[in-house]
Amino acid sequence: MKFSHILGIVVIAVAVIIIISTTGDASSYVDFKEAKAMAVSDTREIHVVGTLKKDAQGHVTGIMPAADKLSFSFLMIDEKGKEQQVFYNNPMPPDFLRSEQVVVIGRYQGDSFVAGQILLKCPSKYQEQELQPTQQAQLN
Amino acid sequence: MVHEWIGQTGHFFVVISFVAALWATWNYYWASRKDTVNPGSWLKLGRISFGIHSLALFGVVASLFYIIYNHYFEYHYAWSHSSRSLPVHYMISCFWEGQEGSFLIWMFWQALLGLILMKFAGKWEAPVLAVVAFVQVFLVSMILGSVIPGLDLKIGSSPFLLLRDVMEAPVFALNPDYVPEDGTGLNPLLQNYWMVIHPPTLFLGFALTLVPFAYCIAGLWKKQHGDWIKPALSWTSAAALVLGVGILMGAYWAYETLNFGGYWNWDPVENAVYVPWLVLVAGLHLMIVYRKNGTALKPAVLFIISMFLLILYSTFLTRSGILGNSSVHSFTDLGLSGQLLLYMMAFVVLAAVLVAREWKNMPSTAEVSVYSREFWIFIGATILSLMAFQVLVPTSIPVYNSIASWFGIELNMAPPANPEVFYTNFQLWFAVGLALLSGTAQFFWWQKMDLAKLRSALVLPAVVSLIVASMALVALDIKEPKYLVLLVAAIYAVVSNFFVLLGLKHTNLKLAGGSVAHIGIAMILMGILFSSGYSKVISQNSSGLLYSREFADEVNQENVLLWLNEPQKMQQYQLVYKGQFLEADDAPGYIHKQLLRPTDKPDLYIARGDYYHKGKKYFGQGDTVQVQPENTYYRVEYTDADGKKFTLFPRAQVNPQMGFIASPDIFRGIESDLYTHVSVVPDPKEPLKWSDPEEQKIKIGDKFFVNDYVAVLEGLQQVREVEGVKLNESDIAVKAKIRIMAEGGSEFFAEPVYVLKMEEKTSGNLPAVIDDLAVKLSFVAIHPEDDSITISQSKTQKDYIILKAMEKPLINILWTGTLLLVVGFGIAIYRRYTEYKLLQKKGQY
Repeated sequence: MKFSHILGIVVIAVAVIIIISTTGDASSYVDFKEAKAMAVSDTREIHVVGTLKKDAQGHVTGIMPAADKLSFSFLMIDEKGKEQQVFYNNPMPPDFLRSEQVVVIGRYQGDSFVAGQILLKCPSKYQEQELQPTQQAQLN
Repeated sequence: MVHEWIGQTGHFFVVISFVAALWATWNYYWASRKDTVNPGSWLKLGRISFGIHSLALFGVVASLFYIIYNHYFEYHYAWSHSSRSLPVHYMISCFWEGQEGSFLIWMFWQALLGLILMKFAGKWEAPVLAVVAFVQVFLVSMILGSVIPGLDLKIGSSPFLLLRDVMEAPVFALNPDYVPEDGTGLNPLLQNYWMVIHPPTLFLGFALTLVPFAYCIAGLWKKQHGDWIKPALSWTSAAALVLGVGILMGAYWAYETLNFGGYWNWDPVENAVYVPWLVLVAGLHLMIVYRKNGTALKPAVLFIISMFLLILYSTFLTRSGILGNSSVHSFTDLGLSGQLLLYMMAFVVLAAVLVAREWKNMPSTAEVSVYSREFWIFIGATILSLMAFQVLVPTSIPVYNSIASWFGIELNMAPPANPEVFYTNFQLWFAVGLALLSGTAQFFWWQKMDLAKLRSALVLPAVVSLIVASMALVALDIKEPKYLVLLVAAIYAVVSNFFVLLGLKHTNLKLAGGSVAHIGIAMILMGILFSSGYSKVISQNSSGLLYSREFADEVNQENVLLWLNEPQKMQQYQLVYKGQFLEADDAPGYIHKQLLRPTDKPDLYIARGDYYHKGKKYFGQGDTVQVQPENTYYRVEYTDADGKKFTLFPRAQVNPQMGFIASPDIFRGIESDLYTHVSVVPDPKEPLKWSDPEEQKIKIGDKFFVNDYVAVLEGLQQVREVEGVKLNESDIAVKAKIRIMAEGGSEFFAEPVYVLKMEEKTSGNLPAVIDDLAVKLSFVAIHPEDDSITISQSKTQKDYIILKAMEKPLINILWTGTLLLVVGFGIAIYRRYTEYKLLQKKGQY
């Protein structure tokens, strides 16, 4: 067997390992119900997309910071409408309450969802920055 | 006034440069054909048309800069990326905040490179410039902003659009000539010197990758298969160097500015540049092999072509909006996805057709011996491409989701939840392989080897590396086996390349480029190993309350809470948070917020007192001070175990586009960096919430309680000047002198002022705030009838920060390695260039 063939086989083998490991380690977007079912057999962390729970006036409710401000928990509603308390062992991200959408990456531990990371989708530049003419707008 | 002429001029230049690029492609195409009757005249036309194209492009750049420089906010680009207070050097950065401008800078570099090639490429000019001009056609089309009549098809997004054509705002219905007074500004995160040089460097790197690709395509097309390698070699090195430096600059910027705690985040955009760079480096090595002994042409061609196609793919990923929210860098979607896809596919097809046509005509690589340098280079190139592949596969996850959704399948795949671990598991072992190879292959490079020679050459470096490695192990206490392996491999690479360098010293230092660059790479590997592998969170506290008893796992908290002026212990350090500071435009250092009184304008403050920095006075009481209002610096004083003190000023930025962004301050040491950033601060934009005031009647000498501390009213004193109030002759102002005794024997003084304006027949007061105690005392009334006064007090949340601190050991090795890499490449490029010049003189090219 020529050397180039051996090299080719090794390369293909490594490539296959890479693909398998990617599919194995890739996370997925699920809702809380699926996440809970998955947590039984799977130690992988998954992504859940949702929004913060708000009251009738539109204020975020259910935020419970720890006394030392170093961790907090909150109520999140996934895309299917299921509500879940999420724990996060880090201080509350500063723009948290302003976020339009929250992605939590983590997994269920018992009945609680523990997030390892939180990604926020904040109102973007183009939606937020409406053109607001000032009082003394120059009308040349 | 709406300055329509400049936008029209700009757009006119865009159209001219597009048409001229098409024309140049056509001219150069004919000039390069053997069967052309009069190739000389086509060549002349090619030069003229490419010249026009370049001039028009420079005109586009100038027009856009003119709009930004003159604050023509009737243009959407100026309005959304600039503002009046922006200094000129950051106006250049406006170019790469927007997608159109960043295309522009890319084209600008490519036009410049095209002009250089026109002068120096010799007989390669026509086919190479045909490819360059063809690429420019696609790039210029991205900013064309023209609608094809009848088809309702818009091509490109113009940077010269008027605001009224982009935004639907009621004001334009009332007054179409409305011009906003100010722009919304450049993202403050980009207002950093690295952001002035990092993007143009990266785009120059992108532009440079076009040159080897163009040569390669020209070689295939003109059936001069291997001849392109020699002239393209120094270009390829330059591309690898500039792109590599661009990547590392970005890493350094991230380290200094972002708060994810490092320089590399495996963000899709970072990956999208890393992947082509790896392939480019592999291609470069294969080209060198061909240059040396005429083998490895096919792989070299494949690698250079894939490299360029990967650049196009990464352009597609970052600019089509397909990454969605998975990246911090991605541009706003301008609806160019179709056009970007077309651009990519055009070159995929072109390259595939040419390779297929010429495959049989290219020399095949014969079986290589284990003792040949080709063998080792092949292995190295294979490892590099596997490295690239391993990053490419997960980075493309959003693409798989999109493709699946075309077929109606919801794939819902997400990137790996812990990218650092995921990528490191592979990349680390590949890096070990590369380090070992780069150490060994150098010996094969310079002389013919057999087993006996190899042994004798390797013995000394191997022994020395083992000695150095064991010394390092003793000194550095490394337990993780995989890190151990990487360290030994990297030390071996440094040592053996050093031996190669010593050997070359006697022959020719011009040949040293390779070994210097490889030492640089090995040092970069070591720097990454230590600074990332052994990055240690030192603000960890396990004493904090567990957030819930339900969890069995021990959870450590990685942040500490610091109250204003209250010392807190953190590992070997004592920390004190000393308050909020601002940075002024015209004075160095950080200025305490208490020294500044806000005005109506967010960026203007009035000084309350004199400001000195290093003994020099910069402004005095009453002066107006211009600051950067979005940045607040938090002074943290460290005292280490030996009593040595130092101060860090981590920053929080209220970013209008991205919200709250914390940037670290780094205490740089030789052994390790101490990296500190705030995680949470009280919102700098929210005014303090004060409790309802509680009033008390007090006589001079009375003791009373202020926020649970004992306080004494020591006396009253008439004053003639009150800050921020203009006193007339008849007005009366009195201050109350209050002493407050806090814990530990410390004392605070408050001097609230009461003012009687006799002419206006009104009274007022100027409260005194004691930040350390979070109280505000106001002097609200005088009661002459019983010699008493009324003091009201209200409380607030005491100022605090939540802080995270990390130690990054030996990160300086990473930056030193980067410098060596640059030097090594520099030597190599210089050598290839002089070689090529010599050949050109002899009339060979």
